Amino acid sequence: MKIHEYQAKVLLRDYGVEVPKGFAIFNAEDAKKAAEDLGGGTVVVKAQIHAGGRGKGGGVKVVKGPDEAYATAKQIMGMQLVTHQTGPEGKEVKRLLVEEGMEILKEYYFGIVIDRASNCPVLMASTEGGMEIEKVAAETPEKIIKEYVHPALGLRPFQAAKVAYKLGLDVKLVRQASRMFMNLYKAFEANDCSLVEINPLVSTGDGRIVALDAKINFDDNAIYRHKDSWQELRDLSEEEPLEIEASKFGLNYIKLDGNVGCMVNGAGLAMATMDIIKLSGGDPANFLDVGGGANAEGVANAFRIILSDPNVKAVLINIFGGIVRCDRIANGIIEATKLVDVNVPLVVRLEGTNAEEASKILEDSGIDMIIGRGLADVAQKVVAAIQ
Amino acid sequence: MSILVNKDSKILVQGITGQEGMFHTRQCVAYGTQVVAGVTPGKGGQEMDGIPVFNTVEDAVLTTGANVSLIFVPPSFAADAIMEAADAGVDLVVCITEGIPTIDMVKVKAFLEETDTRLIGPNCPGIITPDEAKVGIMPGFIHLKGKVGLISRSGTLTYEAVKQLTERGLGQSTCIGIGGDPIIGSQFIDLLALFQDDPDTEAVVMIGEIGGTAEEEAAEFVNNYMTKPVVGFIAGQTAPPGRRMGHAGAIIAGGKGTAAEKMAALSAAGIEVVKSPADIGEAVVRVLNP
Repeated sequence: MKIHEYQAKVLLRDYGVEVPKGFAIFNAEDAKKAAEDLGGGTVVVKAQIHAGGRGKGGGVKVVKGPDEAYATAKQIMGMQLVTHQTGPEGKEVKRLLVEEGMEILKEYYFGIVIDRASNCPVLMASTEGGMEIEKVAAETPEKIIKEYVHPALGLRPFQAAKVAYKLGLDVKLVRQASRMFMNLYKAFEANDCSLVEINPLVSTGDGRIVALDAKINFDDNAIYRHKDSWQELRDLSEEEPLEIEASKFGLNYIKLDGNVGCMVNGAGLAMATMDIIKLSGGDPANFLDVGGGANAEGVANAFRIILSDPNVKAVLINIFGGIVRCDRIANGIIEATKLVDVNVPLVVRLEGTNAEEASKILEDSGIDMIIGRGLADVAQKVVAAIQ
Repeated sequence: MSILVNKDSKILVQGITGQEGMFHTRQCVAYGTQVVAGVTPGKGGQEMDGIPVFNTVEDAVLTTGANVSLIFVPPSFAADAIMEAADAGVDLVVCITEGIPTIDMVKVKAFLEETDTRLIGPNCPGIITPDEAKVGIMPGFIHLKGKVGLISRSGTLTYEAVKQLTERGLGQSTCIGIGGDPIIGSQFIDLLALFQDDPDTEAVVMIGEIGGTAEEEAAEFVNNYMTKPVVGFIAGQTAPPGRRMGHAGAIIAGGKGTAAEKMAALSAAGIEVVKSPADIGEAVVRVLNP
């Protein structure tokens, strides 16, 4: 789960991390008061969307005084902000962060993630502040400082200091920076983050180390430990409406750009089904894992979600019934077609326990559908059904 | 022969009295697996279908000599359950549970490093050695005893591959689902090494997916150490970047972990890579009859 920059900064401030003073606003009119409350001088107006590259897209502006802040806020609020992470349609800006400006001497990068190869958290830092870490890793990997964290002991102060020294920070700032790294790690662990990223981390003219930007992602698996607080932080307007709808039914759905709707049980088989549709000359409209049960209600809900996408011109159901018998799934599909009007060609493949019997049940149902057997067979059939 | 589990494996089930635990224990027993004990805290002294239930894994191991644990407990208790099993000294833990927080698994991995216990999973279908032992939730009947080893990050896609093998008369030595999470107990390389040393395994199928670098590490291992032929498939060739495709670990992050990168690495290591998931069975036929 992703949260906004301003939310991340509020969270980090609670852990003693120094962030700029600022106010989140939901109406451009409030920019004036925010700028006044920040002292009336230079402020930064920042678009709050769940995507990076906001500055380059015109979503971050440095302005002088409350009037300019208001004028700029009016410009940015409501715009479709296009960055390299939003796709060409961009994202509508509905929230802004107005922050105090400061004199920046140097920018750095700092991040914490779980390293999958070494199975532990890792701190990453670099003097290339403001640049994406992936780009630094690809072009100048020697500039990335890494410090692996012992899973049981947590980050030790000497490690935090090592990172600060390696960044070449002024000796007077090392203690401040180390303390910030320790606090960032505390926040990372206590909040089940999958990412804490400060880019840039800056040293300022008045001798401080400040987290100028902040990005936090949470590990979805840990939601049971943070139910209420994460509920509050979640911004549904940042998510695809169909995906929100699907999650209410316990369906794992991701919308894509193609026209072949897919209903599959299991994430791996669902990805493989998308792949084989593409190899057969089609384009998958979605990823959808109906889960283990695949009963009438689940299938009906999946139909509703898939068919809500106007691009969908045909649907492929690919279910491997192992423990759940295919004849039961077949009956579930028949029930579901009574609940939902399936107005596009439907191709069904049920494999596994009682697959033969299931095919017969589907054939005898009189419902208009194309029944296939092999994975390649149904992929070709569903693509052909569109053409 | 086979790897990890066989007819002599003595299984204990953690969470045996839960709905899922009970259901799948019965399926495992019906397949012929030796399930010797169950563990549910607070229900020690009871029985489930004649299988004795204990309060702690230690009690179960001391009383029954169980050497493999199969875990069905909910995500909030699963990390602890894995550590309890390792502490009791079982050789192998198979954790089916999906949804364990990553930071908890980081701690589990560190804990396991101090023990001799091997972990498979979490978020996996388990392990099966056909005709000997089914330690997981896979449908047993699709399998055939034979000489092909299979390692996969997926569940139903593994069954699909098994079906393709069985249809062609290619039996399996052992099939292992290693799990779809970012942090898992055993990686491809750990199990490739076991298959390489197993005299009865003649070829290995590895089914990877987007996210992480486990497939790249496997490619390097195959290049350096494997003499047996390996067939590979990577799911998620059409997956968009930055999205978690069902499995917590299946995500292209910062442009890394794509199917294309992984397929290239596998091919470069001499692995027979198939683009289509429908071609896995045929590819195994090819590598076994060059």
